Amino acid sequence: MLRNVLIGDAQADRVVPPSGFTAQLTLFASGAMAFLAVFALALSLASGRLAERWASELARSATLRITAPEDQVAAQTDAALRVLRQTPGVARARALSQEEQAALLAPWFGPGLDLAALPVPQLIEVMEDELGYDAAGLRLRLAAEVPGAVLDDHTRWRKPLVEAANSLRRLGWISVLLIGGAMAAMITLAANAALAANAQVIEVLRLVGARDSYIAGAFVRRFTLRALIGAGIGVALGLGGVLLLPEASDEGGFLTGLGFRGLGWLWPLLIPVLGALVAFAATWFAARRRLKELS
Amino acid sequence: MIELDDVGYSYGGGELLSNLSVRLAPGSFHFLTGPSGAGKTTLLKLCYGALTPTSGTVRAFDADMRGLDRDQMALLRRRIGVVHQDCRFLDHLPLADNIALPLIVSGRDMAQESDNLKELMSWVGLTARADARPPELSGGERQRAALARAVILSPDVVLADEPTGNVDWDMSMRLLTLLVELNKMGKTVLIASHDLALIRAAKSQVQARVLRISNRRLQLAGADL
Ligand SMILES: Nc1ncnc2c1ncn2[C@@H]1O[C@H](COP(=O)(O)OP(=O)(O)O)[C@@H](O)[C@H]1O
Ligand SMILES: [Mg+2]
Repeated sequence: MLRNVLIGDAQADRVVPPSGFTAQLTLFASGAMAFLAVFALALSLASGRLAERWASELARSATLRITAPEDQVAAQTDAALRVLRQTPGVARARALSQEEQAALLAPWFGPGLDLAALPVPQLIEVMEDELGYDAAGLRLRLAAEVPGAVLDDHTRWRKPLVEAANSLRRLGWISVLLIGGAMAAMITLAANAALAANAQVIEVLRLVGARDSYIAGAFVRRFTLRALIGAGIGVALGLGGVLLLPEASDEGGFLTGLGFRGLGWLWPLLIPVLGALVAFAATWFAARRRLKELS
Repeated sequence: MIELDDVGYSYGGGELLSNLSVRLAPGSFHFLTGPSGAGKTTLLKLCYGALTPTSGTVRAFDADMRGLDRDQMALLRRRIGVVHQDCRFLDHLPLADNIALPLIVSGRDMAQESDNLKELMSWVGLTARADARPPELSGGERQRAALARAVILSPDVVLADEPTGNVDWDMSMRLLTLLVELNKMGKTVLIASHDLALIRAAKSQVQARVLRISNRRLQLAGADL
């Protein structure tokens, strides 16, 4: 049946008169819905990526910053590393090299920065294991043994943000579902209007020996095709909009990177197909019900 | 072919037709007459299954119509060609497609049928009107087109409801000749008409039985015509 509908029969399509009003309604509704679906999808995928990135950073690291007179930096760094190695819950600790620190600062000071000329603190990256360490205890010990050390476990405050990103992702998917449902409802209404307007045509078709499945098929094909075209246009416009969004960047934080990445670009291409399937099912049910009523 | 056995029909009020029994034998030619409002159209609708009798049975090709589902009914309609009283067409399609409609809806390959269609259109004299839309046609053209549509699937039975309803005498004779030709090809023909002059004219061309509806009953009309 589905194959029959998609390939179609050019002759069969003409037996139903082209009805401008319902055609445009379907085209517009599916276009608008597809457009919205692109953004719901983009939001969902982007917040999913954000949740993952934040979650992995959360698991990853804290930073220890050592600010000391120039001649003591090396000694304090060694002392801090010693303390960290002895702390339960710390998987690894590593002092960043000059180059790594320069790279971190490059966005602010530009490339080619001579770190030696600046009183830049030494950074130590601290990796937690699954159990985690006791931050308060570690701070106390560091205060006693490494006076210039400040523990910055900034990633911990991101935990609620990860949850927020995850619920944003869920909301995105729920929106996609709701958009599909709204599209089904609108196409059902349009199909019913078309069937009602063509009651005379249906009667003539029956009189000359058309089966109900044939008549339903002619309507279903019409609406499926219109939904496919409408959704295709909607997706194209939606993707255009997404392309105009700024590129993902570290500086931009949350609002950038809302677009699609890599294989993620394939997702929106599913929207017209799903839209056509929704239209197919909605029109099919509407037509079967209507044809049963028209005896 | 088609048999009515003790059929009664009512549209909800009093009975319009009662205790009708008639058998349309293969190859027979019948007229159905009676005053306007007597129930000729109703009887025809009972014959092709557009109406279900309120009592009695209608059998077509040895099957009780009451037992047919929608799909079987659609197949039955392809074996009974009907010229409707108001000969309804699809106004958005050109005449040639309207005549070919039974072929189209039964899924025939139109490329293979185009000779058949051309021949039929020239038989009813509408070749020049192939691209006209139904609303542009004259009464006689509509009637001929309806007849062509009714026979394009080469049905065994042709039922015509007032086929000469709003055409002049010459056109009536032309249509009658077409129907007689169909009967000569072996088709069972039933013409409902209140036009007694037409029936008298037919008597010289074909062996026809004339049925008359009066007082809700069907009678065989004889020499009194
Ligand atoms: N759909 C209908 N509902 C109610 N009454 C109808 C309907 N169709 C026809 N009738 C009535 O049945 C009677 C017979 O109609 P019809 O069969 O068309 O007669 P004829 O074709 O002989 O002129 C008429 O009185 C008509 O008003
Ligand atoms: Mg009548």
